[in-house]
Amino acid sequence: MKPSPIADPGTEPYWEALKQRRILLKRCRSCEKPHFYPRELCPHCYSDDLDWVEASGKGTVYSYTVVHRPAGPAYADDVPYTVAVIELAEGPRMMSWITGDDEVRIGAHVKATFVTVGDIVLPMFEPVSG
Amino acid sequence: MGMHEPVIVGVADEPLVNGKVARPGSPLQIQARCAKAALRQAGLDLGDVDGLFTAGMWGVPGVGQLPTVTLAEYLGIRPTLHDGTNIGGSAFEAHVAHAALAIETGKCNVALIVYGSAQRSEMSRNLAGRPASLTMQFETPWGLPTPVGGYALAAMRHMHDYGTRPEDLAEIAVAARKWASLNPAATRREPMTVDDVLAAPRISTPLGLLDCCLVTDGGGAVVMTRASNARGASLKPVHIRGYGQAATHWTIAAMPDLSSLTAAEMAGRRAFDMAGVSHDDIDLVEIYDSFTITTLMTLEALGFCKRGEGGGFVGKGRIAPGGAFPLNTNGGGLSYAHPGMYGIFLLIEAVRQMRGEVEPERQVHNVRTALVHGTGGTLSSGATCILSVD
Repeated sequence: MKPSPIADPGTEPYWEALKQRRILLKRCRSCEKPHFYPRELCPHCYSDDLDWVEASGKGTVYSYTVVHRPAGPAYADDVPYTVAVIELAEGPRMMSWITGDDEVRIGAHVKATFVTVGDIVLPMFEPVSG
Repeated sequence: MGMHEPVIVGVADEPLVNGKVARPGSPLQIQARCAKAALRQAGLDLGDVDGLFTAGMWGVPGVGQLPTVTLAEYLGIRPTLHDGTNIGGSAFEAHVAHAALAIETGKCNVALIVYGSAQRSEMSRNLAGRPASLTMQFETPWGLPTPVGGYALAAMRHMHDYGTRPEDLAEIAVAARKWASLNPAATRREPMTVDDVLAAPRISTPLGLLDCCLVTDGGGAVVMTRASNARGASLKPVHIRGYGQAATHWTIAAMPDLSSLTAAEMAGRRAFDMAGVSHDDIDLVEIYDSFTITTLMTLEALGFCKRGEGGGFVGKGRIAPGGAFPLNTNGGGLSYAHPGMYGIFLLIEAVRQMRGEVEPERQVHNVRTALVHGTGGTLSSGATCILSVD
C-alpha cells in the first residue's frame, strides 16, 4: 500500500480541500506572497498573518524524472512513472505526478487533475495544449 | 594561530572486501576499530578524548537517536563535549569546523570524529521514502526514490538550463573509476567507459545505475587536537585553514534553484574567505560524489568553473588521473565506497594525500592546500573545509 500523508493541524485544511478538488495555498497577508507546503510562518517575511487562498490549478513543469526503480514495493506496478516539480501559476512549487502518455518537457503547461488514492485525493497534473 | 591552533593528527578507515567490512562487525564495532586506529596514529588513546563527534543512521529508531551518548558508553569514555550534528553526509566537514572552534577556544583537547556503517552487510539500504508526516506529507506519497530521485530532478533541470549532456555526467563516473583502479582499497576497479555509463539501466532519468554511488559498508575516524598537543603524532599535522556550512532545504521542491547548488556556494564562499586563499592555491579537491550530478554542480557552486560550464570542465580527462585537476583521488563514492554518509572519507583521503602516504600511482605531488566539500540530504546541505600542510 502506498504511504498516505499523515495530516496535522497545520495541513488538515489542505488535505480536506483536495476532497472538493481544490488546491489551497497559504498566503501571507503582510508580503502577499503565497507559499507551499503550508507553514505557520511566512517563509519569505516571517509574518504569522497568513490565510488560505485557492490556487488556479495551472502551472508549468519545472523539472521531472521518469522513475524506473520504484521507491519501494508499493510503487512497483507503476513503473515507469513521472514525478515532477510543478511551478504553480501563483509561484510556489510542489511535487506531483504527470499523468498521461505524452512525452513530458520542462516548461510544458499543465493543469491539475484530482486522483483518489485510498482515503485521500492527490493533485496530479496533465499536459494542456498551447 | 599559536598553541591552540586546531590540527588533524590522525585518520583511519576500515578495510573493505567487495564493499563489505573485511572483519564483520556492527556499526559500533566498526567505529571502535576506526577510533582506536586513528588515535594510535596520533599517539593518543581513547582516555584522551574529551570531544566526541558522530553522525549516522545506525540504531534509528533506538539507541542511534542519541548517537554520541550511545557511542561514548560503548567506547567507555565520558566526553565533556558532544556533537551529533547531522546535516547528512556533509556532517563530518561540519564536525571538523565545530571541533576546530572548540579546540581554539580551549573547550576541547582531543576531538574524535567517527563514523561507521554496515549497511551492505546488513542489507539495510532501501530507496523507500521517509514516513509521510510533517514536511514529508508533500513528498513521500509521490514515490520519488530517495535520494536518487531528487538528484535526478536537479540533473534534468541542469540539462535544460545549460545543455549539460548525459555524456558529461558519464565522464565524472569514468574519471572516478580510473582513480579507483589505482586504489587497491576501492570497491569497483574494473575498467569502465562513457558508453558503459550511458548503457547502464536507468534508475530515475536522466540518472542511470553508474551515475549513482555504491552501496557499501564503511567506517572512518578523524582525530583533532591543538598543535601544542600534536607532538606524539607520527605524521605531519594538517591545519584547518577555513570552513563554512549552509543548508537550504530538504524536500526537493523547496530547493531554491534545482540547477544551482546554493548550499555549496554559501559554504564555499565562507571557507575561501576564512582561509584567505584563492582557487589557484588549491592543489587537490575532494568533493562528495553521491551522484555524478553532485560533482558537477559542486564544482560550479564552489567556483572552480562558471555556472553551467561544469559539463565542459569535467571532460577531456581533466579530473582523471594525470589530468590538471585531481579530484576524488580514491575513486570517490562512485567507485571507492559509499556507506550511506560519505563525508568522512573525503577528509581521510585529503589528509593522506597531503601527507604523501597513498600509493605512488595515485599520489598527487606537492599537495600543500586541499579543499574538501561534503553534500548532505538531497543537495540540501554543504560543508567545506580548506586544509593545508607546512
